[in-house]
Amino acid sequence: MYDFAYHKPSSLADAVKLLAEDPDAKPISGGMTLLPALKHRLNMPTALIDLSGIAELRGIKREGDAIVIGAMVKHFEVATDPQIMAAIPALARMAATIGDTQVRNRGTIGGSLANNDPAADYPAAALALGATLITDRRQIPADDFFVGMFTTAMEPGELLIGVSFPIPEKAGYAKLRNPASRYSMTGVFVAKGPKGVGVGVNGAASCAFRQKEMEAALAANWSPEAVANIRQPANDLNSDIHGSAEYRANLVTVMAKRAVADAG
Amino acid sequence: MSEAHHPAAAPPRAVPPAPDGDWPIATLTLRVNGQAHRLAMDTRTTLLDALRDHLGLTGAKPGCNQGACGACTVLIDGKRMNACLTLAVATQGQEITTIEGLAEGEALHPMQQAFIDHDAFQCGYCTPGQIISAVACIREGHAGSAEEIREFMSGNLCRCGAYPNIVKAVQDVAAKGGA
Repeated sequence: MYDFAYHKPSSLADAVKLLAEDPDAKPISGGMTLLPALKHRLNMPTALIDLSGIAELRGIKREGDAIVIGAMVKHFEVATDPQIMAAIPALARMAATIGDTQVRNRGTIGGSLANNDPAADYPAAALALGATLITDRRQIPADDFFVGMFTTAMEPGELLIGVSFPIPEKAGYAKLRNPASRYSMTGVFVAKGPKGVGVGVNGAASCAFRQKEMEAALAANWSPEAVANIRQPANDLNSDIHGSAEYRANLVTVMAKRAVADAG
Repeated sequence: MSEAHHPAAAPPRAVPPAPDGDWPIATLTLRVNGQAHRLAMDTRTTLLDALRDHLGLTGAKPGCNQGACGACTVLIDGKRMNACLTLAVATQGQEITTIEGLAEGEALHPMQQAFIDHDAFQCGYCTPGQIISAVACIREGHAGSAEEIREFMSGNLCRCGAYPNIVKAVQDVAAKGGA
């Protein structure tokens, strides 16, 4: 790691101010991705702004027909929160499959969404459920938030404070975990809700995306068979030592079928 | 060979030399195994390095140093976490438990005894992390079946492959009333 100053503000306003004053400062939540990156000297922030002391970033609440989760809520909390388990059980089940227990006890939903790792779990759920990302200055629909690999629509100094998930009628998730790293090789989150049917895919491409052909098929017929013959084009999918683009394209169909079955 | 090639083993370094560089230093209090320690260290210091190099608690091990192997697992406010992916300065006000904090004097913690009874290690390098993680696994209520134990112990790798006996040790302690 390069050296950095350390600040732990106790309010959102102070955190935003610190980030505005120093364009080379970085916010840190759980640090499950940022600390390994710093150890590899892939980043050289002048200061780390630790968000763990900010009460406004914590908490899970039901607001009308949505579940609103604070950015600093840990995966473990998402996996075990009674409100989430009742309203969007597939989201709780998804959180329970992230990394391992040590990672889930420290990693946060806000950190994962803002980092937008292609193999992260939550972006697929945010896309499928039609979530809204809430920052210190605006609200961004999930469709506009995930821009590309490790890239979001947030501007420098903009801070994610939470995410609002509309409560679906049904939702399900299935992924194939890399057996060694346990990262998603390909995962599919399906949801049927107030905004229609959503199908979000992670792990397969450089950024999570919606599979709109499957959405149309599921809107007409909500069943695993409806997506069984839909083929995801392999053109833009990832190809690496763990699997070819064609393999991942096939996984999109397989995981979509399983996700619909999971949703019931 | 000259004596220069065989220097006397240095004593364990409990306190690193005073920082002499031009980088940010944090003054902090770490609460470890029920004791508070007032320390000054580089802000970059991970909890793992603080425990090992500043406090001489070398039970938690650096394995991968990037959060994959679990050899550095400690409890922070009762929850298992990777000490290598935690900044020491971020743990102020929290209670840290390491493998050194499990035994009651000379009496081993039941999980430590179970690892011996079931031969749940070979080289032993991952063992402190495995034991801390296993204690938390039972307390979390995730030791119901061998399959469940394997899933919830998946954050601790053992390259010797002692997994079958680790599972037996966890089952043994769980059956005898927990950790």
